Amino acid sequence: MSLWVIQRDLLLAMRRRSDVLTTLFFFIIVVSLFPLGVGPEINILRTMAPGVVWVAALLASMLSLGRMFSSDYLDGTLEQMLLSPQSLSMLVLGKALAHWLVTGVPLVLMSPVLGIQYDLSADALLVLTASLLLGTPVLSLIGAIGAALTLGLRGGGVLVSLLVLPLYIPILIFGAGAVEASAAGLGAGAHLSLLGAFLLASLVLAPWATAVSLRISME
Amino acid sequence: MAINWFKYSSPASFYFLAGKMIPLFTIAAIILFAVGLYIGFFVAPTDFQQGEAYRIIFIHVPAAWMSMFLYVIMAIWAGIGLAFNTRLSSMMATAIAPTGAMFTFLALWTGALWGKPMWGTWWVWDARLTSELILLFLYIGFMSLQAAIDDPRRADKAGAVIALVGVVNIPIIYFSVKWWNTLHQGATVSVTQSPKMAATMLTGMLIMSIACWMYAIAVILIRTRTIILERERHTAWVGELRGMAQ
Amino acid sequence: MSILQGSDLECVRGDRRLFRDINFSLNAGELLQVHGPNGSGKTSLLRMLCGLATPAHGKICWHGTDIRSLKGDYYGAITYLGHLSGVKDDLTAIENLRISSALAGVEIEAKKAHEALQHMGLGGRELLPAKVLSQGQRRRVALARLLVCGTVLWILDEPLAALDSAAVKLMQTLLEQHLGKGGMVVMTTHQEIDITTGATQRLQLT
Repeated sequence: MSLWVIQRDLLLAMRRRSDVLTTLFFFIIVVSLFPLGVGPEINILRTMAPGVVWVAALLASMLSLGRMFSSDYLDGTLEQMLLSPQSLSMLVLGKALAHWLVTGVPLVLMSPVLGIQYDLSADALLVLTASLLLGTPVLSLIGAIGAALTLGLRGGGVLVSLLVLPLYIPILIFGAGAVEASAAGLGAGAHLSLLGAFLLASLVLAPWATAVSLRISME
Repeated sequence: MAINWFKYSSPASFYFLAGKMIPLFTIAAIILFAVGLYIGFFVAPTDFQQGEAYRIIFIHVPAAWMSMFLYVIMAIWAGIGLAFNTRLSSMMATAIAPTGAMFTFLALWTGALWGKPMWGTWWVWDARLTSELILLFLYIGFMSLQAAIDDPRRADKAGAVIALVGVVNIPIIYFSVKWWNTLHQGATVSVTQSPKMAATMLTGMLIMSIACWMYAIAVILIRTRTIILERERHTAWVGELRGMAQ
Repeated sequence: MSILQGSDLECVRGDRRLFRDINFSLNAGELLQVHGPNGSGKTSLLRMLCGLATPAHGKICWHGTDIRSLKGDYYGAITYLGHLSGVKDDLTAIENLRISSALAGVEIEAKKAHEALQHMGLGGRELLPAKVLSQGQRRRVALARLLVCGTVLWILDEPLAALDSAAVKLMQTLLEQHLGKGGMVVMTTHQEIDITTGATQRLQLT
């Protein structure tokens, strides 16, 4: 299984904790900037909160995509992964999950605190956290495709955002929509189930597409 | 890969075939545009609700159709190129992208021009306009990825992956945007409830669509020829061409 | 039939054709040394042999089957060491060795990893992070993989680069032992290396 890949990437992340913290602080700062931009009117902030938190999560997850493969690419480990008798898709799945554990989970854990800044109700906070919990792994999985395609390219960091952000749109819509739906009393069940469906679909398809992309980029 | 017809789709033979076809499509496009625009501006009746402003649909609607068709066709060619390693199909995909992006931009632009008299604002976050905008982003992503890669073979294959991922996502994006739109602004003016269309309007629009197809095919063939020349510049047959030109 | 066979191989990089009509066949206990000036396509050839790159023309067969259709089965039989050693700065020597072996499908005990590193002359440095090791020592960490993986075919790109004379000697015995056991090696090197066991073939790229 790809468990030891996850273990290895977590170990590497532990040895370079600053990288993990940078992503988290980026997320916190972006979310905290919005009230300064639009003013402290609490009713406006409350309606904006889900969208702001979700867009910030999108950006934070995207900014850290570069790290998913680039260090392995630069020191030759990626070549060894491609030559592994184990399935490359499974290795990629392991790396994407490790990426999520390192960048996505901290965002999920931090989001209720940021939601309080925007005066969200307890229910809304719960839905926001649940939507991020289901949605952020999809960001890592889809992002892996973009990271693999832009491997070793000049200006790969900006390019990956062009490729990946449009694909993130459904996640953004249903993630932020879940919170708004629950606030409007419609219940967030439908939105959350759709996010779950996206998660399952991307668990199956994205590692495979990423493996194909890695072979293309390494040739 | 022992299928014979791949040989007939070799870049060299395609280059000459395309050279013969381009004038035909160009002439067809010019004639059809002239006829279509004439119907659109002079024959089609003035709309009793929207006045003369509606006439922009003769460009807007075909452009929007083309933008979506071309993305799918581009993805199909790119996918064939990836699966069977046929260089010509990948070149076609690369050649389609700018035309597709142009039509997408045109659809957005004319949509904004139409929106001003209709809704009193240049831009509405209407589901169709938003999807069209995202489609433009997808085209731009495809083109920038290919432009950033120096090795043409890698560019072809990487472009194919992103085009295919995009084509899988387009329906998902479209329906999510549509749902988002109904959730947020249920009662805005919708393009769907178009008034009953006069037969001449429909004819005009169809002719304009065919004209757009002819134009797109002509331009794509020209661009494919250029790409073939660039990629094959070291081969014997391009050398001969150059010899003839001097 | 030979075990590893390359026929009519051609390599094109961008606009340039690096080589064409390369043929070779390799049997148990044989060493293939690839020679050629810089930029003649030595690394490209080795990457083709691993299946990382596809030849513009020709094919490579392992026991008579095209390696592109073998995939995982073939990867399990080879060890490739490229220019980049695949050694992570933030991991210790022993972690590096254990992880790279796990990647190659062989999970090894800490004890075995210790022994291999000791054999490569890294005794006492197993627990240092790779970033404090010298270039030659990092190379040794990478080469230690050859001791534990037990693969048949070694594909080595400049394995002697950055190694001191003691390590070169060590490498030489390692190669001889491998060939003596019926293993196969394809390697590029600028340094001359004396291998007495097994048949040595030379492949000259221009």
